[in-house]
Parts: sequence; structure tokens; C-alpha cells
Amino acid sequence: MTTTHTPEFPTLAALGSPEALAFDDDAVGRLSRSLSAAAEAEGLVDVAYRSVDTPVGPLLLAATAAGLVRVAYAVEDHGAVLELLAKTISPRVLKAPKRLDTVARELEEYFAGTRRVFDVPLDFRLATGFRLNVLAALPRIGYGHTASYAAVAELAGNPRAMRAVGTACAKNPLPVVVPCHRVVRSDGSQGGYLGGAVAKSLLLALEAGTRG
Amino acid sequence: MVPSPGRVPFEVLVEHHGAAMLRLCRALVGFQEAEDVWQETFLAALRAYPELDDGANTEAWLATIAKHKATDHHRRGARLPAPMPELPEAADPGSAVGLPLEAAELWTLVATLPPKQRAAIGYHYLAGLPFARIGELLGNTEAAARRAAADGMKTLRARTNGDLP
Repeated sequence: MTTTHTPEFPTLAALGSPEALAFDDDAVGRLSRSLSAAAEAEGLVDVAYRSVDTPVGPLLLAATAAGLVRVAYAVEDHGAVLELLAKTISPRVLKAPKRLDTVARELEEYFAGTRRVFDVPLDFRLATGFRLNVLAALPRIGYGHTASYAAVAELAGNPRAMRAVGTACAKNPLPVVVPCHRVVRSDGSQGGYLGGAVAKSLLLALEAGTRG
Repeated sequence: MVPSPGRVPFEVLVEHHGAAMLRLCRALVGFQEAEDVWQETFLAALRAYPELDDGANTEAWLATIAKHKATDHHRRGARLPAPMPELPEAADPGSAVGLPLEAAELWTLVATLPPKQRAAIGYHYLAGLPFARIGELLGNTEAAARRAAADGMKTLRARTNGDLP
């Protein structure tokens, strides 16, 4: 799908040498950073994103003007997630790290064990109906605690909707920040997780203070 | 904010077309001014992006915006005396560090071509547009655009070989 044209005609060959192309790529990198800043200043970035490296792998963070709208694990394919955001929210999607500075810092503190609660504004527009009720209920499971799917169903106002709780967790647009990892099976086993079993056990161990 | 089926994230456009558009801007307004025109182009494109027709050729669309921004730029600069083309190093220390000398010299040569020839070369060889589209952008015909590019390339070839001053 890349349609970048590089000069490949003998007369223009000097413009297409590896050194010249590297120079141009550097220039574009610098220009796109200042484009982001200018676009932010003019309110033209509908979805800003960046990624952060964490113990559970690189996480994609995306925010609208209203707040954090998406956190995505690498297994979800960050490119595909951004394409979906472009289609469902707005195609004005730009790498604009500044808007995500606060949540990036809070995640760093969380993974360092020094933060228990996230207090950035959240934009829940990607979840509706009962799924939204579930997401709203999840923060009531405190740091270091777990709850069963049945218990969360009850917290969300529909005690029989255990399967729907499972779906809501599997489709949580804001994992880690909205703690669906604290939902486990009633027999005490860990259960599934959208970020994979390894990520879930790491988060639970981190919060239990047994990660080492 | 309007949902747009089929629209890719704007950042992807910057990644895919940013370098080609920078080279196009250099052909249109010269090496020193190209970055300003690039910024104005992509900022205008970002503003208009949600209204772009699905399935539109994004590269041709960006090239068209670049043309308008280059025209604005020339209009703003019209009252100033036209500067003699300089080697990019002289203009903006820092920004051209690392640009190979051959490329710098070639950009300087491109800047000496008549505007239509520079533009035709930029649209075709640097931005990949077909000549029919370039004829529309230049306000002439496919044949005229093709001729302008060929004439410009001929001059460049002669000058890089040292046959012309």
C-alpha cells in the first residue's frame, strides 16, 4: 500500500541515494512532530496516540479531547486498532504524544508499584449499554482484589448476565486502566484476558505484591 | 467528528507520503522554503481530511494542496526581490546537515529551472502523478506537461554533466 516515490531516474539519482533518503526521512520525522504540535494547537487532532513500553509489552494509548479512549495490547495489532479508531471516531488520527503524557506517567507509576488508581479522564464512547455498566463497575474492585464474573454481573446491575460480563471484559477498550484483569472465575482460577494469560497473571501478581 | 468508512489514520498518510511531498515542495518553492510549505500543506490536508471522498487518490489530493500552498507562498514572497538560488547549506545551518553534496547541488540546479518545468518534474518524478493530472494542475495539457518535464530533465542532465553553465 506504500506509494512513496523515490527518484529512480538517472538524472535525479542523487535525490534517491540512501543518504539523501535518510536525510529526507529525518526531515519528515521532525516535520511531522511539529505538525502534530500545530494541529493540537488548532484543535485538529480528534484522536491523539502514542505507545509506551511496559512489563506487559508495548501498549497503544489513544485519547480524544474528552479523555483516554483506547488502550491496546500488541496482540490486538496497534495498526488495526488505529484504523478502527479512524473509521469509528474520526480519521484525524495523529501521533501526538503530549496529550498522553499524564496517563503514560501514571502507567509507569502503576507498573513500578507506586500507583493504585488512575485519575485521568476517560472517554467511554467505544462501549455502550450493559458493556458500559460493566466498565463503570470494574473500578469498584479495589487494587489487589479480584471478583468473579458473577459478582461483577451483580455490581453492574444484572446478576444473571455473567456471560455478558465476560464479553464486556474481552472487549474492554481501556484495559489496565479499567481493571478487567481483576475479574476471575468463581473457582478462583484466572480466566481469560484480552491481553493474554501472561499479562493477566503479571498484573495480578503486581497488585498482590508478589511479582518479583 | 464524522465516521469515515475506508479512511486511514492521517498519520499513515504522513508516513506514506511525507517524504515524496517534501521533495515535491522543494521542486515547487526551493529547498529553503519547502518545509514551511510542507507544514501548511499537511495542516490544510488534516483540516479537510474528513470531507475527502472515499477512494480518492490521496497522493494526488496532497499534491494539489501543495500546489495551492506553493502558490500562496509565491504570492506572499512576490514583493520581495527574487533571491538567487543558493546552496542549501548556506541558507539554514543545521537543517541541511547530512544532506549529501550531490543532492544539494541537484536541488540547486532544480531551482534554476523555469517554474513549469520544476513543477512538472516535481509532480511526475517526485510525487508520481500522471501527466494528464499534471496538465490540469499546471493549467495546460498532458502533452505540454510531458514536454515541460522532458525539457527540465534535459537541462538537468546537461548541467549535471557540466555541458551547460
